[in-house]
Amino acid sequence: MNYEAVIGLEVHIQIKTKSKMFTRVATGYGQEPNTLTDPVVLALPGVLPVMNKAALDAIIRAGLMLGCEIAPVCKWDRKNYFYPDSPKNYQISQYDQPICLGGSVEIELPAPARNIQGEHKRIPLTRIHLEEDVGKLNHTASDSLVDYNRAGTPLMEVVSEPAMQSADEAFAYLTALRTAMVYAGISDCDMEKGQLRCDANISVRPVGETKLGTKVELKNLNSISFVRDGIAHEIKRQLAVIAAGGTIRQETRDYDGQTGTSQSLRSKEMAHDYRYFPDPDLMPVKVDAAWKARLQAECPELPFDKQRRFYERYQIPYTITSVLVPDRALSDFFEETVALAGVDKAQAVGNWIVNDLLRELGTVKIGLEASRVRPAHIAELVRLIEAGTLLMNAAKEAFVDMFATGEMPAAVVERKGLKAETNVAELEQWCRDAIAGNAKSAADFRAGKESALNAFKGPVMKAAKGKANPRLVDETLRRLLAGG
Amino acid sequence: MSDALHYQSIAELSAALQARRISAVDLMQAVIARTRAVEDRVHAFNSYDFEDALAQARASDERRARGEARGPLDGIPIGLKDVIAVTGQPLTASSRMLQTFVSPYDATVTQRLREAGAICWGRLNMDEFAMGSSTENSAFGPTANPYALDCVPGGSSGGSAAAVAAGETIVSLGSDTGGSIRQPASFCNVVGLKPTYGLVSRYGLIAFASSLDQIGPFGRSVEDTAIVLGAIAGHDPRDSTSWRADVPDYRAALQSRRGPWRIGIPREYFGEGLDPEVAASVQAAVRFYESQGCTVKDVSLPHTEYGIGVYYIIATAECSSNLARFDGIRYGHRSKDAKDAVEIYAESRAEGFGPEVKRRIILGTYVLSSGYYDAYYLRAQKVRTLIRQDFLNAYRDVDVILTPTAPTPAFRRGAKADPLAMYLCDIYTIGVNLAGLPAVSVPCGFSADGRPIGMQLIGQPFGEAELLAMAHTYERAHAWGQRRPTL
Repeated sequence: MNYEAVIGLEVHIQIKTKSKMFTRVATGYGQEPNTLTDPVVLALPGVLPVMNKAALDAIIRAGLMLGCEIAPVCKWDRKNYFYPDSPKNYQISQYDQPICLGGSVEIELPAPARNIQGEHKRIPLTRIHLEEDVGKLNHTASDSLVDYNRAGTPLMEVVSEPAMQSADEAFAYLTALRTAMVYAGISDCDMEKGQLRCDANISVRPVGETKLGTKVELKNLNSISFVRDGIAHEIKRQLAVIAAGGTIRQETRDYDGQTGTSQSLRSKEMAHDYRYFPDPDLMPVKVDAAWKARLQAECPELPFDKQRRFYERYQIPYTITSVLVPDRALSDFFEETVALAGVDKAQAVGNWIVNDLLRELGTVKIGLEASRVRPAHIAELVRLIEAGTLLMNAAKEAFVDMFATGEMPAAVVERKGLKAETNVAELEQWCRDAIAGNAKSAADFRAGKESALNAFKGPVMKAAKGKANPRLVDETLRRLLAGG
Repeated sequence: MSDALHYQSIAELSAALQARRISAVDLMQAVIARTRAVEDRVHAFNSYDFEDALAQARASDERRARGEARGPLDGIPIGLKDVIAVTGQPLTASSRMLQTFVSPYDATVTQRLREAGAICWGRLNMDEFAMGSSTENSAFGPTANPYALDCVPGGSSGGSAAAVAAGETIVSLGSDTGGSIRQPASFCNVVGLKPTYGLVSRYGLIAFASSLDQIGPFGRSVEDTAIVLGAIAGHDPRDSTSWRADVPDYRAALQSRRGPWRIGIPREYFGEGLDPEVAASVQAAVRFYESQGCTVKDVSLPHTEYGIGVYYIIATAECSSNLARFDGIRYGHRSKDAKDAVEIYAESRAEGFGPEVKRRIILGTYVLSSGYYDAYYLRAQKVRTLIRQDFLNAYRDVDVILTPTAPTPAFRRGAKADPLAMYLCDIYTIGVNLAGLPAVSVPCGFSADGRPIGMQLIGQPFGEAELLAMAHTYERAHAWGQRRPTL
């Protein structure tokens, strides 16, 4: 019998806010333990939570971007369980009325090659809700220590439908979701800092069966590649169990990315009863149409929508858009440059950014924000090339120079003497010489063979030591050939 | 001839302070002396800090010397129930769990009292975590009723009521979840007001049942109570359940609002279990109001009988979650025997909590359990809405509802060993919390053997000014509140 896997993901994403979900103390990562705390975070006797509206705004924006229905009221519940990383021993969360319902994430599946666009599909979402993060336990040989710096950080949980069939799909989903959230400034989604964490619910069933198989929850998928590896491993494990005549037990398993193995954490019988009930300390918050409209206006274009627009408006190929688009700052940089250089130069701009700028940034290991080359530089560079002032090889040289110095390209060209040759009389003589030296091509061109023109360009360039303006060469050759 | 300093009213003391006839230090020392004299019999306090209180008094005197006195409460000692946070002072909730806990922060009410210049004085005894009606559930020993030392002062704010009655403070704050201000006020011959839910910030009040808890004042007069309420009431951005309402001048309302009022008498509050002496006193009060031109009407609150049941579902459910933080991990009692996290929880909580607290946590955990939630908690919330609706319906015809505060006067310590018998002490007060209404208990008589009796006036949402004015009208014509205990 053939089996298929069914995968649903629960993704926790820390929302990037200045202060915590229910108190004013700052959020942060890497500070001295227990310095980002206050009486509310530590759940001292008598304290009360007050909702951080910026976090609610952020999750509503996330929901609007992903096409979710936004609940008319933001309601809070308590999820009760004892664990030392949870200072109140309950987590303020949303149980039966999540703020975002439904929606979907558009994903791109891997294609046979990197320069080919993969198939797109939509993974439906069940819900997105808002809650607070817990602290961190550090176990030493003799003791366990708790750091509450992370506790109370706004956290959203994005729950997908069990609608993915492979580790690759899950990987694509997580990538697309992360890109969208980073785009909107909702989170930096740095998995190393725990800003994005993923649990997977995995089951297998015979192909054609509509009922879901027994699910296993896989935890601690700490990096995006562990997500892919862990899921692939779990699918294989379940298929092996079935092949050996066994049955899948409902359980939670812990995936160890280092060893590529998983271990059972707890079975269904040990599942918690969280005793959810509405948090009496927090009033429900009404989310009206005006509020939603304001947030809708703040939502950025989704990455895949932008990719389609770039293709349609600028005719730039997948190889370029697939690099530009996932990085919002880079795609903004591109559009700013195009705005300066002109839409007809979009392809050239795209090439300069993706090939040259990224290469240089990579070499010195700095981010775009630290780049001395700004949109104005590239726009001017493209204009100089277009005007014939700068030839490609010289332009490449100028780029490296201006990347290092931040000087405008015209100044670099001036300083380095990179300007293309524009002595018209001399150029015309070189062109005449070239035509005279190749009567056959001259005849061919006059007979209508356009490509024959290229035969003259080499000798002209050679004579000009590479500094001739190609457009001028082109024009001069045509004029001479036409006029005789 | 006025009373000794420790029994004077805020108006008298404030005038004396303003005229420099006394200093705040004189007053504080008088209260300390009184406390030293009677506290071994009353045991109203879990702890007090003479040095700190005198330092606050000196600061008050210095302010006044600079011409910067802050109003009627400046220099007036106010006792705080040991469930309200005061920076640098113990905050025990009368529990072994928090026996050594010192608060690093001020409750909002504490902050507001400081801003008014009041002297936050002492940590007042209570039933552990405010669970109880007699202050016998304190881990640090019971408080005695100053009017009958072998009797309870009521609870859970028994220390707050007893200290005011015994002259160990001028006024005090308590908290009321099901009657915990009003019932002890009635047992101790003082005025006690439970404000409308949301009028007074709960920030810094150790939560028992968040949707029912309110902080409120005790005083020996309606005016004292009104002055304290004016200082603590009003919106607080740290409490999401606090209401954005204007705070009227409660003290001025005592003079400006004169009725006559339309008074509702709910027949459900005068049935079986009501002590005849209490009934007689309350009925006499009703006749007084009639004599003042008030109209009296029978009203019905048909869902009253469900009050206790609903209360013990909602309050225990909330407390089971609210008290989860007392786990021995970050602060509070940690069992010495515990070897891992689970044992820290189990042992610390087993050792740290008293039997009534455990009983309620277990009850609350049960009613919230998967499969029981709908039958208990959800249904209780629905009935709670009906109970509130009963009151709102009644207020179409009447301005205020008058009832006994408690079915009986103070009872002897140990008399109510059965928890259910104890729960019935709150039968007339619980509905008010479930409905979120304001209510005040006012002294209205004594039993033949000298135990105080109180009546309860229940108002409409944010109708505190009206309630206090009505209570004041009664108080002016009666001397019950001036009868001091013999200690």
